[in-house]
Amino acid sequence: MSEPILELRDVRTHFPIRQGFLFKRQVGTVKAVDGVTLSLARGEVLGLVGESGCGKSTLARTILQLLPTTGGSVLLSGRNLGECEAGELKQLRRDLQMVFQDPYASLNPRMTVFATLAEPLLTHGVCDRGEATRHVSELMERVGLAPRFMQKYPHEFSGGQRQRIAIARALALRPRIIIADEPVSALDVSIQAQILNLLAKLVRDMGLSLVFIAHDLSVVKHISDRVAVMYLGRIVEIGDARSVIDAPQHPYTRALVSAIPRPDPEVERTRQRIVLPGDPPSPINPPSGCTFHPRCPYAVDSCKAAFPELRAAAGREVACSRIGAF
Amino acid sequence: MSLLSVNDLRTYFHTRNGVYRAVDGVSFALDRGETLGIVGESGSGKSVTCYSIMGLIPTPPGRIESGAAIFDGTDLLRCRPAEARAIRGKRIAMIFQDPMTSLNPYLRISEQLIEPLLIHGLADRKEALRRAREMLEAVGINDAAKRIHYYPHEFSGGMRQRVMIAMALITRPELLIADEPTTALDVTVQAQILDLIRRLQREYGMAVIFITHDLGVVSGLCDRVQVMYAGRIVETASTRALFRTPRHPYTRALQQSIPSLQPKGSELYTIPGMPPDLSKPIAGCAFAARCAAAVPGCAQRDPALAEVSPGHAQACLRVAAGEL
Repeated sequence: MSEPILELRDVRTHFPIRQGFLFKRQVGTVKAVDGVTLSLARGEVLGLVGESGCGKSTLARTILQLLPTTGGSVLLSGRNLGECEAGELKQLRRDLQMVFQDPYASLNPRMTVFATLAEPLLTHGVCDRGEATRHVSELMERVGLAPRFMQKYPHEFSGGQRQRIAIARALALRPRIIIADEPVSALDVSIQAQILNLLAKLVRDMGLSLVFIAHDLSVVKHISDRVAVMYLGRIVEIGDARSVIDAPQHPYTRALVSAIPRPDPEVERTRQRIVLPGDPPSPINPPSGCTFHPRCPYAVDSCKAAFPELRAAAGREVACSRIGAF
Repeated sequence: MSLLSVNDLRTYFHTRNGVYRAVDGVSFALDRGETLGIVGESGSGKSVTCYSIMGLIPTPPGRIESGAAIFDGTDLLRCRPAEARAIRGKRIAMIFQDPMTSLNPYLRISEQLIEPLLIHGLADRKEALRRAREMLEAVGINDAAKRIHYYPHEFSGGMRQRVMIAMALITRPELLIADEPTTALDVTVQAQILDLIRRLQREYGMAVIFITHDLGVVSGLCDRVQVMYAGRIVETASTRALFRTPRHPYTRALQQSIPSLQPKGSELYTIPGMPPDLSKPIAGCAFAARCAAAVPGCAQRDPALAEVSPGHAQACLRVAAGEL
């Protein structure tokens, strides 16, 4: 594998919970991201999956330094983003762009497509006003929108088209990494397929690296080279997309994969479902040891002692001390 | 006789921008104990169909232009309001997509759970509370005696959907309409809720209409599926037939665009273009503009649902003519 373009080393993002009116005191900590280490190679697509509240969106925002890290470091091409001055960070951020889930909320309704797409170009001095129109036309064509819609407002577009605008905005500065946080979950199946194809094409044509966050494993499997599964702020399994999803090792990944309804009645009838008891626990007061143990069908007493480190198993890394025992 | 039969239902919304034909001639029937899936993309009219049956269409701008929805001999669209009230919420219950917004945040769930029993005069307060506790246990909420006095915000999303289901089923309805009940939930919680609906349906023998855009959910739950597009039913069949031998080009296209059915890395099949604007009259087949198999004749004649084999009907002129 080539040199990683993005590296996370033991990244932690904690939020203090304060109570009281005048003298706020800290009464607890939400450990949204709690020790994540991973790397992203040039041109690689990394899928990040997990249920709501597992910290995948917080991790994305931490990578972009939209949230301060509590511990650990985020390295972009070897440069630690947490140590950068504001001016340098602004330059480095050109390489790191984000696409959000809801294309209805992430575009400014008062700005035309042209204004939305020209803003990053002008802010970063990529081109002057005279050339902006040409640049914006190119961007629009790249994401499959006709440049004649340049002067329209977001409300005049459908959800899929809006997501294309958001993708074009992320591409404006020719970034090396795009972080897409649930970019297709607000879209209908037929539109979802169009956006997935577009993202795959952009990765191929522009040599982009993509962090693709989603809760839909079938979508993730389709687009990703590697997949990382998160549970309560930690990665519990990471490896080649196909092997992780087709032959999951961690009990949580197994349950997650088995819970996906298959669009095939024959498969459905014989599908073995692992129905997990209860809800994901609160990250404010996570269970001791392996945070998954209260819901895990294979948990033994030793699981309550310490959180298992990621270890190599079956061609990937898994954080479970009982691998091979079930 | 069918439990519910809907005939030529048309629900239009009269807006400043024109008449929006949300549901435009939908007919179907449902037997006792049967599970019917209604599948379609946003704006296909699947929710409006069920809202029309339940009398939940905001009027104006909405108006039920024509049609009948006969539930056990009573036409819900034409009967006196008192008759309809006696059926809705008692013999037909509904659960919604978003459990976060469909419970009243100001009321303890006990009050919300017993309301249908009190309104329909099925029990006094004490008896109603006892049944509410039983129902909470039936939907898998432990410690019901204590948790029944909680407010909605004290429950997680999955638990709230369980409370919604308990509330809907407390009157032992003969028909449950579930409008995307698991869309807002995580997959593991979705699996729990689908299991619960399956189990309760078996125990109570009720019929279920399950509205969803997820073909995966339908395949494990439903006996029969109908696919809607632009306010009409384009295909209806047993679940097995619909997945094994889909006939209508839209159903086929929809299936092909699901990532899990595709080999990894290959380009996903996409349906070109977008669903039509329902505020403009559509000549001929509404799908023709996006259909790979369309011929000039498709934009001229209105397709009607026609049977291709017993219990399997579809609305494509070319399929009906044996050309596809």
